[in-house]
Amino acid sequence: MISKKEVEHIAKLARLGLDEKELEKMEKELSLILDYIEKLNEVDVSKVKITSQSLRNENTMREDVENSQSKKLNSKLLDSAPSKKENYIKTKPIF
Amino acid sequence: MDLKALTIEKIHQSLLKKEFSAQELVQLYLDKIEKENSKLNCYLTVCPELALSQAKLIDEMILTKRELPILAGVPASIKDNILVENVKCTAGSKILENYFAPYDATVTERLKKNEAIILGKTNLDEFAMGSSTENSAFGPSRNPYDLNRVPGGSSGGSATAVAADLAVFSLGSDTGGSIRQPASFCGLVGLKPTYGAVSRYGLIAFASSLDQIGPLTKTIEDCRIVFEAISGWDEKDSTSVKFNQENEKLEIENLRIGVPREYFVKGIDVEVENLIKKAIKKYEEMGAKIEEISLPHTEYSLACYYILAPSEASANLARYDGIKYGYSRLTNLENQKSNLLEVYLESRGEGFGPEVRRRIMLGTFALSSGYYDAYYLKAQKVKALIKEDFEKAFEKVDFIFTPTCPTPAFAIGEKSQDPLKMYLSDIFTAPVNLAGLPAISIPAGKVKNLPVGLQIIGPAFQEGKIIEIAKKYATN
Repeated sequence: MISKKEVEHIAKLARLGLDEKELEKMEKELSLILDYIEKLNEVDVSKVKITSQSLRNENTMREDVENSQSKKLNSKLLDSAPSKKENYIKTKPIF
Repeated sequence: MDLKALTIEKIHQSLLKKEFSAQELVQLYLDKIEKENSKLNCYLTVCPELALSQAKLIDEMILTKRELPILAGVPASIKDNILVENVKCTAGSKILENYFAPYDATVTERLKKNEAIILGKTNLDEFAMGSSTENSAFGPSRNPYDLNRVPGGSSGGSATAVAADLAVFSLGSDTGGSIRQPASFCGLVGLKPTYGAVSRYGLIAFASSLDQIGPLTKTIEDCRIVFEAISGWDEKDSTSVKFNQENEKLEIENLRIGVPREYFVKGIDVEVENLIKKAIKKYEEMGAKIEEISLPHTEYSLACYYILAPSEASANLARYDGIKYGYSRLTNLENQKSNLLEVYLESRGEGFGPEVRRRIMLGTFALSSGYYDAYYLKAQKVKALIKEDFEKAFEKVDFIFTPTCPTPAFAIGEKSQDPLKMYLSDIFTAPVNLAGLPAISIPAGKVKNLPVGLQIIGPAFQEGKIIEIAKKYATN
């Protein structure tokens, strides 16, 4: 179970603008899904060590050098932004 | 020309013998797409210029007798969450409706290097989240065997395109079954490679620890050829792995095949169960030793998956912020007195569809302070147990055989209003992603004219063996 207040809090954390109707729907649906997930509590995990990698556990490193691959790619990436000024992506102020 | 009978090898031979040109072949497929796509809705973008210009180069290669790679001139489609430079890439989402890929995914680059032809981009559940393509912002694809049924998902557009002969093969992606389940529903071969076997660079991320790209093909040999072309280590994906891919020769008499009892329980369609048991029997008749095994944590894998995948998704999808690229309310808010938070809330609230919003919420919840230990950490531990189940099983058997899916293709609309019911469609495929293992779905037969897939799971990086054992079914 999850309360409406919790749903509102999660939506804010997730940066999702949801209207009243959707918050209510989400409350119902998430509660059902979480009820199903309760199943996990039947499993005894007291002896399990955590793994985040499925198959191996080593770090992949690379040289700390600039990848100056292409200016063209940079400008393509910039062009994808909805608003820009010179070589900067433009956005709204935080406050 | 009988497109259904065209395999990669046949196309290769025909091009060399000049029975048709690459341009003629591509035009044939483009015409068929033009005629049938409005009905099937499997392509979101078709790229005639790209395809024909690639074909022209191949015809020149043939004319000047340059050596042709086996995939040269073979018309393919690519799931629309895999980048093809300068081609639109939507991931089935309104939030990327007008996004053009700035570079090639590694798999795209490898297909291009092998001179395969890219016909276009195929439909999918939004951000690959779904089992039917009904979550696509651009409408569902349809199953060629029955237009009122789903082709499966999330790589449903890819499956429809190949099954309806609108492409010779397709690339899909599989996070919890998204290649194997549509292959099962559309009578195709679908391979989910070992985690790390294929580079994920240029694949739009859903759940990064589970995602893998793989082929959907008509034949097992086609699957082998495409897998060989796209797999292998890539410096751009730090989780990709160097491994040996040898074509293994197998003696079926020495094989031990495990059949997990947890996969034949209540809920599975009786006719599907019988068909799969018949398929397994066939291997026994060929001389393999069949053993009942147990994967005791099977019943927890879906709950585990539906914590881990949404958690990773909620982090991965944080990048769609209405600022860098994609659907944005920024310009609408430009002259208003508003702040950054409003841009986030409005762009994301309007850009994402219902299932994606639901999973972002679920993942954010599982990762949030106070719930992290009870949900995310717990699921990670259960995942370790699921992986251990498989490791123990592979000490006793060489392969594990299961149904790919508990049912044949279901009707459009049948499960779309009930998220939990839809999730259950991944029950036999999701555990394999959690364990990082390779698995193939091959056509085992039909139930009421609808295809049913047999899933073959193997130990890590044993794709070569899986393909060989799968071939035995097709040829016997």
